[in-house]
Amino acid sequence: MTDATDVRNRTKELLAAHPPAGTERTDFLKARFDAGLAWVHYPKGLGGLDAPRTLQTAVDAELTAAGAPDNDPRRIGIGLGMAAPTILKYGSEEVKQRFLRPLWVGEEVWCQLFSEPGAGSDLAALGTRAVRDGDDWVINGQKVWTSSAHVARWAILIARTDPDLPKHRGITYFICDMTDPGVEVRPLRQITGEAEFNEVFLTNVRIPDAHRLGEVGEGWKVAQTTLMNERVSIGGSRLPREGGMIGPIAQTWRERPELRNHDLHQRLLSLWVEAEVARLAGERLRQQLAAGQPGPEGSGMKLAFARLNQEISGLEVELRGEEGLLYDDWTMSRPDFVDFTGRDAGYRYLRSKGNSIEGGTSEVLLNIVAERVLGLPSEPRNDKDVAWKDLAR
Amino acid sequence: MTTQSTQPDLLYSEAEDDLRAAVRSLLADRSDTASVLVRAESGTPYDPELWKALAGDIGAAGLLVPEKLGGHGASHREAAVVLEELGRSVAPAPYLTSSVIATETLLALDTETEAVAGLLTELAAGRGTAVLAVPLSGSHDGHLPVGEPRITGIADAAVADVLLVLRADGLYAVETANVAVEALTPLDLTRPLAAVTLDDPADATRLADAETAEKAVRRGLLAGAGLLASEQLGLAEWCLEETVRHTRERHQFNRPIGSFQALKHRMAQVWLEVVSARAAARNAADALATDCSDAALAVAVAQTYCSRVAVRAAEECVQLHAGIGMTWEHPAHLYLKRAKSDEIALGTPGRHKEALAALVDLQAP
Ligand SMILES: Cc1cc2nc3c(=O)[nH]c(=O)nc-3n(C[C@H](O)[C@H](O)[C@H](O)COP(=O)(O)OP(=O)(O)OC[C@H]3O[C@@H](n4cnc5c(N)ncnc54)[C@H](O)[C@@H]3O)c2cc1C
Repeated sequence: MTDATDVRNRTKELLAAHPPAGTERTDFLKARFDAGLAWVHYPKGLGGLDAPRTLQTAVDAELTAAGAPDNDPRRIGIGLGMAAPTILKYGSEEVKQRFLRPLWVGEEVWCQLFSEPGAGSDLAALGTRAVRDGDDWVINGQKVWTSSAHVARWAILIARTDPDLPKHRGITYFICDMTDPGVEVRPLRQITGEAEFNEVFLTNVRIPDAHRLGEVGEGWKVAQTTLMNERVSIGGSRLPREGGMIGPIAQTWRERPELRNHDLHQRLLSLWVEAEVARLAGERLRQQLAAGQPGPEGSGMKLAFARLNQEISGLEVELRGEEGLLYDDWTMSRPDFVDFTGRDAGYRYLRSKGNSIEGGTSEVLLNIVAERVLGLPSEPRNDKDVAWKDLAR
Repeated sequence: MTTQSTQPDLLYSEAEDDLRAAVRSLLADRSDTASVLVRAESGTPYDPELWKALAGDIGAAGLLVPEKLGGHGASHREAAVVLEELGRSVAPAPYLTSSVIATETLLALDTETEAVAGLLTELAAGRGTAVLAVPLSGSHDGHLPVGEPRITGIADAAVADVLLVLRADGLYAVETANVAVEALTPLDLTRPLAAVTLDDPADATRLADAETAEKAVRRGLLAGAGLLASEQLGLAEWCLEETVRHTRERHQFNRPIGSFQALKHRMAQVWLEVVSARAAARNAADALATDCSDAALAVAVAQTYCSRVAVRAAEECVQLHAGIGMTWEHPAHLYLKRAKSDEIALGTPGRHKEALAALVDLQAP
């Protein structure tokens, strides 16, 4: 097994062979991947060393200190956080070799073609069809709210392969080529004015069977891997104290005494405490993961993160008073990634409304915590044994 | 790896897990909630046998005390685990007052002196208990009862052997037998309160001068507040578990009531808060154990947060048990009473928030 010394030596060798100052960004990242230092817990040859996940911290710290470029997880979040673990678990050897490196390096951006107009929280109700034709599958349907579809090279996609089975059983999971002529991406402008997500129309899109992940009809199971990882990756990044949304508002408070009043002070302090506690809870979760005792806490972190972001950004607009009546820019744009801190308080307020919707609504996550973590009984269901095609729509 | 050493350790060690198992099984044997209630009603909440086993046999009383003074040389992390279990069982035991606050205060004095060392050795062995003569509601407004002839609301004074009394010229150990102790009727039946009248007790032993005394008392109260968060955590955890268990079993409208989403979401929310409270409480215990410069901040955060979580979990426990939860026979009220008085103990969340405002430079208008 690879140990800390081994990892540190490899990091030093990488830096010696490819000095960050004189190496082109992508070249450095490729070399890092090939050295197994991208995600050390991944298998050898796929950017990792089969090493304990804990050792990654040391690698990251050392590379950051040496001024090495990072692979900008904001832009490639869906690829890193969701596509990669799913491909690792369900992809064939060829699929892993083909996709993981450009994904990690950030040369290829990914998006997630899951939600449909008629299937949001009830994702398993989806109706996009995939029909087998020789070595290919032919896809027809419509997806919606697809973040980054306009910059994505590839997509993870779930589609219905058997409408005669109950809804969870007739779904299959694919990798979809976003440059296929049958894929049409239309911007969907959102509450903030920009179009970060899209509608995606799929018309006779051909996907080779080799780009299927998991067995035919097992797509729901495969999607669970994606969704679990999605929740952890949304709430899960390591932050310093005041590293999240609380940072800008605390700074404004310190710098602008004229904005202060007692009511705002009480609310700010309460949120400061909650933000600090959420940060500690995230840290505890990471320590549990590193020690190999993952708790169920992951599913909860996103809930806390969403509520806090919304309350803090709401308070921030209020704190600014007259300035809070203004907005920085309503121009319709199609950003590459979400930038919470690069814009003003009004933007943060509006965009954070999506935090309790994207990746599963807070209501749905509370159900998951109640049923899977606490073991409370599920609500009566009337769709479990009915063929998808016979469900009311 | 240097970046990691500055991170607090928020997990439980194996030794801590073992300690927890020992304390939990002792409390299950000796202090189930039915007997806690019977004892509380009889006006003698403490069970001396239970204390002997917890403090002496398990060695919980001496966790903070170094080995050379007869203790176990463990830390606040271990003491916090004991408090989690005491919170889970609302067991009446002078642990927080004697083994944490009084002990921590004494440890901040000159432990080379015979009086201090002697007292610590007794406390560590569980042979005697001591409490600080300060109201349980704490002194976070900065006011300590220095030289006051009568002090009210002192927790566990009635069972303690020794009172640690602040006078203008220093800290004194006073035999409880030599002062007038008047029991008060507490909201929390499991943590008795008393008023003591201190006019010129015989045989007071001076332990420290005024300056050392005040610093030590503040340290004792800080540690007490920090570890109280763990008691609150344990309490909240019990309330959630019992509520989940009950709502899975209780049927109304031909369904388990736990299958109603309106209830599920409330319990899921409490769960999320308990998970967060655990991180906050562990962080405070770890900060106290490593004596890190952030300890006061960690304690203020933990107290502000965990107090509210415990109260909420206990209130939800009563509400979701409904009629059953309102009965005297059901233990929910013991938890609610403990949670609500813990919220005030050693500083309300509001007081801790004020302290925090100064610590993190978020000044009031
Ligand atoms: C900013 C943003 C980015 C997104 N990016 C993507 C993406 O990249 N790819 C993708 O596939 N999808 C994406 N989504 C879609 C997202 O996953 C869905 O919006 C979400 O799952 C909710 O589905 P819905 O919008 O159809 O709401 P609905 O399911 O119609 O829900 C409406 C309301 O009903 C509540 N509700 C529904 N079912 C229950 C229940 N069982 N119990 C209690 N309440 C319930 C919901 O909580 C919600 O409040 C994105 C969404 C947003 C806002």
